[in-house]
Amino acid sequence: MTTAPLVPMLALDTLWFQVAGTLCNIACTHCFISSSPTNRSHAMLTLADCERRLAEARELGVREYYFTGGEPFMNRDMLAILEATLRQGPATVLTNGMLLRPETCARLRELFDRSEYALDLRVSLDGFDRQSHDAIRGAGVWDKVMAGLRNLAAVGINPVITVTTAATGVETAQGRARFLELIRGFGFDKPRLKVLSLFRIGAEETRTRAYDDWERLSQEMLDQGDAASLQCASGRMVTSKGVFVCPILIEEPKARMGDTLAETLRPFGLAYGACHTCWVDGVTCTT
Amino acid sequence: MHDLTRIAFLGGIYSNYWSLCAALDDIARRGVDATYFLGDLGAFGPHPDRVPELLIERGIPGIQGNYEESLSTGAQDCHCGYTDPRDNHYAQISYDYTFANTRDELKRWMGTLPRHIRFTAGDRRFLLVHGSPRKINEFLWRSTSPEPFLERLCREHEADVIVCTHTGLHWHKALRGDRHVINAGVIGRPANDGRTNVWYAIVTVRGSAVDVEFVPLAYDHERLAAEMRAERLPQEFVETVMTGWWTTCLEVLPSKERAAGRW
Repeated sequence: MTTAPLVPMLALDTLWFQVAGTLCNIACTHCFISSSPTNRSHAMLTLADCERRLAEARELGVREYYFTGGEPFMNRDMLAILEATLRQGPATVLTNGMLLRPETCARLRELFDRSEYALDLRVSLDGFDRQSHDAIRGAGVWDKVMAGLRNLAAVGINPVITVTTAATGVETAQGRARFLELIRGFGFDKPRLKVLSLFRIGAEETRTRAYDDWERLSQEMLDQGDAASLQCASGRMVTSKGVFVCPILIEEPKARMGDTLAETLRPFGLAYGACHTCWVDGVTCTT
Repeated sequence: MHDLTRIAFLGGIYSNYWSLCAALDDIARRGVDATYFLGDLGAFGPHPDRVPELLIERGIPGIQGNYEESLSTGAQDCHCGYTDPRDNHYAQISYDYTFANTRDELKRWMGTLPRHIRFTAGDRRFLLVHGSPRKINEFLWRSTSPEPFLERLCREHEADVIVCTHTGLHWHKALRGDRHVINAGVIGRPANDGRTNVWYAIVTVRGSAVDVEFVPLAYDHERLAAEMRAERLPQEFVETVMTGWWTTCLEVLPSKERAAGRW
């Protein structure tokens, strides 16, 4: 067995928060951490948890903050957490868009206007229509997301729509153009789109297949590219269980790098199938 | 009593010969101790030889941007750092035009430019970079560059004042300990604010006190637009020159900066 190649930690620019733990109001068939209404593997983070991490991050000169879950807006502290974060730096929330009620959107708009830093929302869609979307995300979800997007448009917040490659054809130029047109149709005249790779872990393992043994990174592969471009060279993930190397590997015990941010500023062995996907697809978790 | 030093900084010029002429006249009128350019002499505008020729003729010092790095090494694209396909499409049109119309001798000169310039003014250690101290094409936007992060850059790169460009939008943040990060903006195209003028920066230093002035600069933008049309550069670029609103390379903008523009 060969040793996993090491990615350096160059600078902690990006800090992720598993702010809703693994709790979600839906259970997507491709979710790489199998978030669901009953998955309590990682607990929700409290405002106090986040404030403690923000203080650590400030000392380390972190540049930007990302919030994911599960569904971040299931966390009742989410807006307060965002307010605290936006006093310190730019924030992005990854959401399924189902809980974007008018009053939540109005508050988000207020936070957007008041902060000198950027606030971004990323709303996930799967597929070009109700049928393909709900096949992955569950019956009735498309309609709820559409309501959420209308509420965002009503307050003038322009989200990034993210779509996984489960939406067949979205990576092609035509697929992209079609999707941008779809987003325009939702009421956003400056459509923003980000295409995401799928990771063959969690629920996705069952939907398609698990990683094969050959899907591992070698030192030779890493030497041929720019290791600095990997997210784990400049980011870390905070969950209720500690600090992990990245947002993808939070169910891998060995990807937990420590209790404090400072002690995780060291190289990491890229031993996992998901590391192969990040490298081969050039995945950037950031927007 | 400290001496007073005034320094002018020209961000990306993007082959905008007419704004460069206007800027040099304006700087001469105001009087400064030194003028520096911060890279990206080409892109966007027409006749890319004219800007480097004028800078060489006037003996103005400066650093490489990603454009000079790419042109001087024969790279296939500008390494602007875009990730969106539409952004890259328009960036490639600019780069191919600039590459084809820049003399080899000037490309070689671009290869001799330094990546960074350091000097001390008053008691402040200046560091001039194109994108950021760590990467030639890193985007330092106002809304995504919080103070703790900028303080780290100053600390790690042993600078009191970092001056950069690359994003196209000017801003200044004063940090703890009389440290500063200044994005000088660009004189190549307007600042996506519906105005046709461009911007450069004049920094005044006295001891450890640093004062930053962003100078709005009118120039003959209609003449530039006419030349761009004659060179068959994209109508979208001409529209930006004429309206002051960016029409391309928009996806890279953070939400705050994007919301401020028309497109």
